[in-house]
Amino acid sequence: MTEVVLRPKGRFSVPIEASAITPENFASKTPEQMMALEAWEGNRRTSLGSLFDVEVGEVDGGEEIAITIVGDASKLRRVGKGMRSGRLTIEGRAGMYLGEAMRGGTVTVSGDAGSWLGAHMRGGAIEVKGDAGDYVGSAPRGSGRGMKGGQILVHGSAGNELGCWMRGGFIRIGEDVGQLAGIHMLDGTILVGGDAEARTGAQMKGGRIVVMGRAEGILPSFSIEEARNAVRAGEERVLGPFYVFVGDLTEDGVGRLYISKERNPHLRFYESYIE
Amino acid sequence: MIRNGIVVDPANDVDCEVRDIAIGGGKIVEGVSPSAKVIDARGMLVMPGGVDIHSHIAGSKTNAARMLRPEDHGRDFERKTALTRSGVGHSIPSTFTTGYRYARMGYTTVIEPATPPLKARHTHEELNDIPMIDKACFPLFGNNWHVMEYLERGDVEGCAAYVAWMLRSTKGYAIKIVNPGGVEAWHWGGNIRGLDWEVPHFDITPREIIRGLCRVNQMLKLPHAIHVHPNNLGKPGNYSNTIKTMDCVRDMAQDGRAAIHIAHCQFTSFKGEDWSTLRSGAEEVAGYVNANRHVTIDMGQIIFTATTTMTADGPFEYILHKLQGRKWYNADIEAETGAGIVPVVYKRKNFVNATQWAIGLELALLVKDPWRIYMTTDHPNGGPFTAYPRVISWLMSKRAREGAMKGMNQSAIRKTNLPSLDREYSFAEVAMATRAATARALGLNDKGHLGEGADADVAIYRVNPKEVDPSNDYRAVRKAMRRAAYVIKEGKMVVKDGEVVRAIGGRTFWVDARAPDAIEARYRGEISKGFQDYYTVQAENYVIAEDYLARSAPISPGGGGR
Repeated sequence: MTEVVLRPKGRFSVPIEASAITPENFASKTPEQMMALEAWEGNRRTSLGSLFDVEVGEVDGGEEIAITIVGDASKLRRVGKGMRSGRLTIEGRAGMYLGEAMRGGTVTVSGDAGSWLGAHMRGGAIEVKGDAGDYVGSAPRGSGRGMKGGQILVHGSAGNELGCWMRGGFIRIGEDVGQLAGIHMLDGTILVGGDAEARTGAQMKGGRIVVMGRAEGILPSFSIEEARNAVRAGEERVLGPFYVFVGDLTEDGVGRLYISKERNPHLRFYESYIE
Repeated sequence: MIRNGIVVDPANDVDCEVRDIAIGGGKIVEGVSPSAKVIDARGMLVMPGGVDIHSHIAGSKTNAARMLRPEDHGRDFERKTALTRSGVGHSIPSTFTTGYRYARMGYTTVIEPATPPLKARHTHEELNDIPMIDKACFPLFGNNWHVMEYLERGDVEGCAAYVAWMLRSTKGYAIKIVNPGGVEAWHWGGNIRGLDWEVPHFDITPREIIRGLCRVNQMLKLPHAIHVHPNNLGKPGNYSNTIKTMDCVRDMAQDGRAAIHIAHCQFTSFKGEDWSTLRSGAEEVAGYVNANRHVTIDMGQIIFTATTTMTADGPFEYILHKLQGRKWYNADIEAETGAGIVPVVYKRKNFVNATQWAIGLELALLVKDPWRIYMTTDHPNGGPFTAYPRVISWLMSKRAREGAMKGMNQSAIRKTNLPSLDREYSFAEVAMATRAATARALGLNDKGHLGEGADADVAIYRVNPKEVDPSNDYRAVRKAMRRAAYVIKEGKMVVKDGEVVRAIGGRTFWVDARAPDAIEARYRGEISKGFQDYYTVQAENYVIAEDYLARSAPISPGGGGR
């Protein structure tokens, strides 16, 4: 395994386009070649070498590449874009579009991550110890192709429009999420450990969203189907009991919301509609 | 001075001859001083700069499409350089990028073919921002209340005065007609399905609108024929209506000039009852064009890619949206027209799309007179204009077509005539379809040729037309056409080795149309009332001043600049 450690040379004041930082781009390159890869600092073309100090070490053979960025990476955009293998670790905060369009490998962040985490990813795994921004696992703006596979695990909370146009895969958020989680969702699973703000599942056509905490409200275009005790989310069986809603009916959708019964007494009136 | 190039200039009967082209003062001249700068074009193809007769590059619908499709920006962008600005967009590139991309392919003049008159100011703002190329725009008249009122009263003279005033006021170049009457019907949720249907709330039919505007076009001596997008576009079986549309002005043809241009003809050459029985109607349409000299057409070729359809034909876009079920855009332009936008992906394996692909090429190969068939993709409706080199390779090489057909929906291909068509375009025919004939059809006398007095717009490609065999080596031609070796615009070198080396602004042509004085005087009395009755703006605020155009280039009807 080759270990590559990148340390920012200073504090970045403008966004850095850093999509060159992927295990594939670093494979079979000397440290000099790695540092010659292109980056953009604001509107200025530059190289990774002028932004980072690099250390490369070999550990017990093997082809795998493990990249570690040590320090504040919150200005770095598109790190790990399209990566297919290897490991990417950020010891600190991560910026926008981390793991965009990734297909394999693992990404770990010890701090918070910015918006568009794992946007339209197809495979691999992302784990964030802190919070994530808006549009986790979403489609690029205007596109109808969101996350298709793989999994995203955020221990903290996430922002708005989580899993927008999601087509597959699994997103688990440990704490709360913002508005419009699973908007336009087509397939896949979202598990929210905490509360969800309003309009969860708006215009969803398929897939499932599980809310363990309080759901601020259920859109009127969802209809209650049943109450049940448990649901499968990713690999695990999550215990309820849950109210199960189907929708979004404005889209002829058959998506399902599993909303904790215990934490949502304000939804109790729906029980009278269950046959 | 361009020395030793192999010149293809069909308007002057020059076909692959080694010649020198002398340039002075932005024009082609007879000779220049020995000290003139020399471009050595030995072994290279020299043609007039490309002239695109139909490409949606500017205006409110283009911009609405940009807003509707941010995903189109992310997949294709260009960074700024010392000379050029950054830009985005695959099917709807931003203004500056549009100019650079055309210039790199050797195009020097491009027509925006559908401007809602009320939005002409926006169109000109974008045209001002498109560098490298000359341009013009066609205002829409086919669903205009004033036009329909004049014509239902039989007052062709009044209509002519109105159209002349509109062309002057909007700085337009020709009369564009889109789904005549149908877009007005769409304001009421309907559509028009035949030439003799009555337009709701008007005592008029599409046939009468087309004939009336054709007459107006002739009265005003406009340089281009009426530019028509017929009813029923994109509907199986529409080819018969297209032929009827062409035929409805047959008796009006004058002295061998085209009386009507049918735009993006592929989309209106469908045979069959419905989508599953769709067939090519290219043979019938091309047969009519071959038999009747008053018609010109352009291809509207489709390309297999993700693109954006946009047209004033609102009801058609609604149907397309219903077929796809995804996002769309619709607009209503007061008493003038409408618009719709739908993103599409043309797929090789799709029966309908493969049929459409074949229809466009069949039209180009079956129409015999190369002066009356023009190459377009109806950018971006059939595909982005950046695909032109690919279309050229299909026109020039049966092998290229066969290669493309291999990956396509075979049941569609089996039902077309394309595999049996052996014709391959020569370089001269390509030059006609992309510059010489289009310039002639537009009445741009100084464009599309390299004779003395022509604008010094020249494209030089790194391919030797005497040595290359485009039929087999179509890839070499395609590559050369993608990035011109040199492009000269108004006598200045603007592109070298496929890169912009000089950024210049282009001119905007418009027609300073005038009806006879007596009619103009009568019309001046009617105009403000017309605006009071129907518009949200006053006539005085409607007029775009000439200095609003970055480089205004008025043309007086009957020929020549002002």
